Amino acid sequence: MPGVTRILLLLASVILSTFVHGQSDEYQEASKLFRAGQHAQALERVDNILKSTPKDARARFLKGLILTEQSKPADAIKIFTSLTEDFPELPEPYNNLAVLYASQGQYDRARGALEMAIRTHPSYATAHENLGDIYAKMASQAYDKALQLDKGNAAAETKLGLIKELFSSNTRGNKPPASKTDTSTRATVSPVVASKPAPPPPAAPVQAAAVTQPAAQPAAATKPAETAKPPAADPSSEVIKTVNSWAKAWSDNDIKGYLGFYAPNFQTPKGEPRSDWEAARRLRIGKKKIEVRVETPKVKITDSNRVSVTFRQDYRSPGFKVASTKTLMMVKNGDRWMIQQERVGS
Amino acid sequence: MRRSGTLFTRLYAVLALLAVTAAATSHAAIAAVSPPPPSRAADGQSSEPGAMLAKTLIEMGSNRLDAALLEVDKVIQRFPNFRLAHLIKGDLLAARARPLRGLGDAPNAPLDRVEDLRDEARVRLARYQLKRPTDRVPKYLLQLNPQQKHALIVDIRSSTLFVFENNNGTPRYVADYYITSGKNGSAKRKEGDKKTPLGVYHVTASLSRTKLSDFYGAGAFPISYPNEWDRREGRDGNGIWLHGTPSDTYSRPPRASDGCVVLTNNDLEAISTSMQVGITPVIIADGIDWVKSDTLASLRKDLLKNIETWRENWESLNTANYLSHYAPGFSSGGQNLAAWSKQKREVNASKSWIKVKLERVSIFLYPGRDNLAVATFEQDYSSNNLSNRMKKRQYWINERGTWRILYEGAA
Repeated sequence: MPGVTRILLLLASVILSTFVHGQSDEYQEASKLFRAGQHAQALERVDNILKSTPKDARARFLKGLILTEQSKPADAIKIFTSLTEDFPELPEPYNNLAVLYASQGQYDRARGALEMAIRTHPSYATAHENLGDIYAKMASQAYDKALQLDKGNAAAETKLGLIKELFSSNTRGNKPPASKTDTSTRATVSPVVASKPAPPPPAAPVQAAAVTQPAAQPAAATKPAETAKPPAADPSSEVIKTVNSWAKAWSDNDIKGYLGFYAPNFQTPKGEPRSDWEAARRLRIGKKKIEVRVETPKVKITDSNRVSVTFRQDYRSPGFKVASTKTLMMVKNGDRWMIQQERVGS
Repeated sequence: MRRSGTLFTRLYAVLALLAVTAAATSHAAIAAVSPPPPSRAADGQSSEPGAMLAKTLIEMGSNRLDAALLEVDKVIQRFPNFRLAHLIKGDLLAARARPLRGLGDAPNAPLDRVEDLRDEARVRLARYQLKRPTDRVPKYLLQLNPQQKHALIVDIRSSTLFVFENNNGTPRYVADYYITSGKNGSAKRKEGDKKTPLGVYHVTASLSRTKLSDFYGAGAFPISYPNEWDRREGRDGNGIWLHGTPSDTYSRPPRASDGCVVLTNNDLEAISTSMQVGITPVIIADGIDWVKSDTLASLRKDLLKNIETWRENWESLNTANYLSHYAPGFSSGGQNLAAWSKQKREVNASKSWIKVKLERVSIFLYPGRDNLAVATFEQDYSSNNLSNRMKKRQYWINERGTWRILYEGAA
């Protein structure tokens, strides 16, 4: 019993001091500045509050948000981490930590933080959503490795999405509670949310985007929203045309044209310097009448910028004739398909 | 998590489907559909990455997704380029965010690659459930010669290479490995058909990593395709190798090569100690006929007796009997039976005596047919006016109950 009393007293004193010093107004002001995008001024106010009440959860949380917006993830992570230590029962700091970790590609840590958020508040919908996103992201990384896909900018897209998520975590009070336990959940979270006079209006464009996020949530249960670009048109005919032109340049002894089909990052067959390889090709080509024909080309698309094309190459010169299977790995260089690797089928 | 019930049920259905397909495509004699016996954990196979992955699949099938994720992470840690492991990890993670529709449920993924990895999952699961042939041998291994320390049997159907050791003439199972074979299947006929040949071959060379492009990985062992029988049947093409995988790839899908037999680099290194250039037989079959070791004895005896009678008849200059060992369809280096008989009659007539000694006789039954056997031996020939020593190969065919020689030539 005495223990509980002390906690209550402590809380009372915190609240008391807040009112006494008029810091509630100060906080509202900082919050308003933050929402208006005036991060430096907002930070000044928040630091002011923290000078007199360094443990103030609300102010620290807001400071974390400001630092996140100012692209200081390391500092923001520090703030949210210390909040999880001081208030382990609050899910929000865990959630925001997760968002920051995710933005740095630390999906395992992000997952750990979200699992903590959910452990404290099993019905915390934002954390569930975010965890779903993290799993999906980790899954997609694994799939990319499995299928050798290079989705270099997918991470950047996710990053933006997750930062929006951060704001929606702030508006989580708007969402109808998913279950009865949510009532108690929200009561516990009161230091951060309940003291807010009103849910932040969707003022900034970021905020507007965030609003659409929760609406998408029920639908996400059946199928994640696909924001991927529409698949590019089939480049097969373009590729085959290029391969035929390459064979023609070769047949025509057009050495300059022929070499022009090889990409700047062409992998020479034995790893020799490009100049050596070109010199060897010059020696070979242009000396005699030849004919190179491409038969039954088959294009396999790796992604919108990379294909491999396998075909039967018929090479004839006076007194010599050879047919072989050849594979060209081709990359799109501007609007041209170029050879990155040339391989004779085993 | 939410929706878990549906998810687990679906996953389970996926795995059940995998298992059934695997059983249907494996050879009935050795593939058991039942879960692996408990002894499997103790027999050393369990640390093999394919087996570890199969365990992951089984964990998935038993709704233990967390255990499965731990298991697959172990595999990935050891083999970072194991693509199928990444695919399964992707599924295990994706399963927490949304219901899975099947193995390799990657959104917007190139379907052919996903399908390739699904095939690999099927094959690896079936391989894990495979009963190892400890008490049976492939019927092709009629007789190994004392020089042949090992014999390799490649089974296209189960995507498996079996290594047998020569245990005083009796083949004994040593190990087996996952392999990739031709993308268009087996029974190669033409150059560029991307099929793996079926037949009796041997290793003809050993190429080290340094001599090869990265594509071939840890090394390569070319084999003797096309052999005498292939040529006779008009099959062409060449460059069929046993080789490894590129450095960024742990394993390739079951049907992906241009006809070569591809092993993981670890496995290639493991078998390389068993390889004797010019000696080690590599028999490629599409579905292996397994028999009890002793059931081969009578067939072996029968063929050895035929070879011995042929030798005796030759040595004793009994030309009529000697020539009776040759089949009507015989040919050798452009000679048909008539030309061959004429030449042999002339040669034998010029001899006052002949001695023929055969050593290191090996006999293999040709996969895919019961009436063709390949005998290879060292022949020590001496006579009143000529002596030589050669390695000889004969293809014996059984027609209407009689074994006769269909082809004979230097090996």
